[in-house]
Amino acid sequence: MKKKVLATIIASVMALGLMACGSSAQAAKNTTDSGSDGLIKVGIINNDPNESGYRTANDADLKAKFTEANGYDASFAYSLKNDEQIQYAQNFIQDDVDYLLLSAADTAGWDSVLQDAKTAGVKVILFDRTIDADSSLYEASIVSDMAKEGQTAVDWLAGQGLSEYNVIHIQGVMGSAAQQGRSGALDTKVAAESNWNIVKQQTAEWNAEKAQQIVQSVIDAGTSFNVIYAENDDMAKGAVAALDAAGISHGVGKDVIVMGFDCNKWALEELLAQNWNYDGQCNPFQASYIDDIIKTLESGGTLSQKTIIMDEKGFDATTITQEDVDNYGI
Amino acid sequence: MNDNKFKKLMSNQLFIPVIALVVLALINLINDPSFFKVTLGTNNAGNPVLSGYLITILDYGSELGILAIGMTLVTAASGGQDISVGATIAIAGSAMLRVLCGGNSRPETIQAPIIVAFLVACLVGMLCGAFNGLLVSIFKIQPMIATLILFTAGRSIAAWINNNELPIVPDPKFSYFGGFIPGIPIPTTVFIVAICIVIIALVLKFTNLGLYTQAVGINENSSRLNGINPTFIKFLSFVILGLCVAVAALIKVSRLSTINYSVIAKDIEMDAILAVALGGNALSGGKFNIWASILGAYVIQFLTTTLYKFNVQSDALAAYKAVVVIVLVIFSAPKVREYMKDARKKIIKVQKEAA
Repeated sequence: MKKKVLATIIASVMALGLMACGSSAQAAKNTTDSGSDGLIKVGIINNDPNESGYRTANDADLKAKFTEANGYDASFAYSLKNDEQIQYAQNFIQDDVDYLLLSAADTAGWDSVLQDAKTAGVKVILFDRTIDADSSLYEASIVSDMAKEGQTAVDWLAGQGLSEYNVIHIQGVMGSAAQQGRSGALDTKVAAESNWNIVKQQTAEWNAEKAQQIVQSVIDAGTSFNVIYAENDDMAKGAVAALDAAGISHGVGKDVIVMGFDCNKWALEELLAQNWNYDGQCNPFQASYIDDIIKTLESGGTLSQKTIIMDEKGFDATTITQEDVDNYGI
Repeated sequence: MNDNKFKKLMSNQLFIPVIALVVLALINLINDPSFFKVTLGTNNAGNPVLSGYLITILDYGSELGILAIGMTLVTAASGGQDISVGATIAIAGSAMLRVLCGGNSRPETIQAPIIVAFLVACLVGMLCGAFNGLLVSIFKIQPMIATLILFTAGRSIAAWINNNELPIVPDPKFSYFGGFIPGIPIPTTVFIVAICIVIIALVLKFTNLGLYTQAVGINENSSRLNGINPTFIKFLSFVILGLCVAVAALIKVSRLSTINYSVIAKDIEMDAILAVALGGNALSGGKFNIWASILGAYVIQFLTTTLYKFNVQSDALAAYKAVVVIVLVIFSAPKVREYMKDARKKIIKVQKEAA
């Protein structure tokens, strides 16, 4: 008897679930219909907005731009995993979107699905991250030049004129474009200069807790260092927590130089307070660039360049102003 | 006689984690004796603090040690594991920050006393535990499947609690829980673990929780016939784990005074389950030893810290832990145990014949 009741409840819940699905499918269809009234249908594949402050700002920017008021019918899909993103891309292609906007989790593995998109007449625009695929497979890419970001940071560090650079290098998720670009510049410099050494090179996978443990382990080993080169703000924060606990001074004119990336507002405030030394910008505001491209393509125009690199700055704690924090903090 | 002692030692649940600890300690001693050096220094706030690898292990192993308490009870009572603890840490931590910061991501001062925020987090953690417990005990869903729900949805719920914002707690007092209290050189987390251990020890001594949990885990039906309510015991074990999760969340969030929903306490559920397994507890439920699990948790942190010291890439840590799991699983397999028993008997026989 009990089982029967349970079975009935479960069955009715499932049925309700199906109905809910049915109605949402209906809603989706309605928007498609209105799509023919002039709305441009875009499918946006992004990384998880909770991944970092950068991603949160990026997602908010896209959501604000691609609205019905601006002439778009946008669907969003999020994943930090490449295979899941590819699945979403296939779904969007089946859904007949006009444009597929993509921020790929990994650079590899996109060829066949983009080929499918091309066959189906879906135009692909890459944002934020590049991929290893033939450039004929996408219309345009709006990217941060991560290698340039790394180079700007390393040039700044070289300009500090230390007699010896002993660097703790905390990397992002290995293989991501941000990690490769920001690591590349430092690796080249360390290989070229005799007074630049890497004390520890470890991936903390964008994770503050892991960064804290990594720096803690260097401190416990008693190794000396004078630079922390963290590939994002969160990891720099974790590293600084370990420094604070061990009584190692950091910031402008102190023992250890702290460098981060992404320009989170709280990170720039650390710069303003001179607790950190440098923060490299990674511009998350690509929506207006994408909007321009789509408008151009829709009006039958051609793009003057395929890869658009956004302007990005690097902030120095000695010159940063409150205005910078307000304007560039994310 | 000797053989008897050996048997007793082998059958003691603390055997595996202690041996693992000794092996790890020996490796480090041979490699670099300074591993065991503990020094007294001052932190940037000007307070005395102890530092060194051993302190690091005690400090960073705390969350896992606390989770091991609850996970052992859940394992013993339900014969399954809760894989949602990492996600519920995110939920409880997020709720704590929501109360502290009042929905504003950058408040000037904290909006509520820390104790209130902690109690809210406890409530939220226990609610999540109760949800899992309800599915497992009343709806008889397998624990791993039941907790899969919060495992999948938990981090999104955590983000939703704070409207996707990443609040930062402005009060330095909040960072004491995951750091140091001024004037006390031992990490606060060590005291928090000690308090948890004392509480659970008192509970096990003065209530029948331990006995009932074992009875339910060994045979649900016969325990029911003996007047124990298995449904309630299972439910209770999940609620206790929820409370452990809230305490772990306090430490995690306090370490950096902020939260990152997608990475906070990432993969900690696997470490917690591994701690229970390392403690020699049967993952199919029944008899259990909480102390062995807690020791297992510190063994895992010892291993992690050792690997960091040896410059192992942190994304490869999981592979080393997998090796430990493989060894454990092989040693606890009935076939292997039987084989080892036979082998020992043969050796003794040979020895006797020789004598």
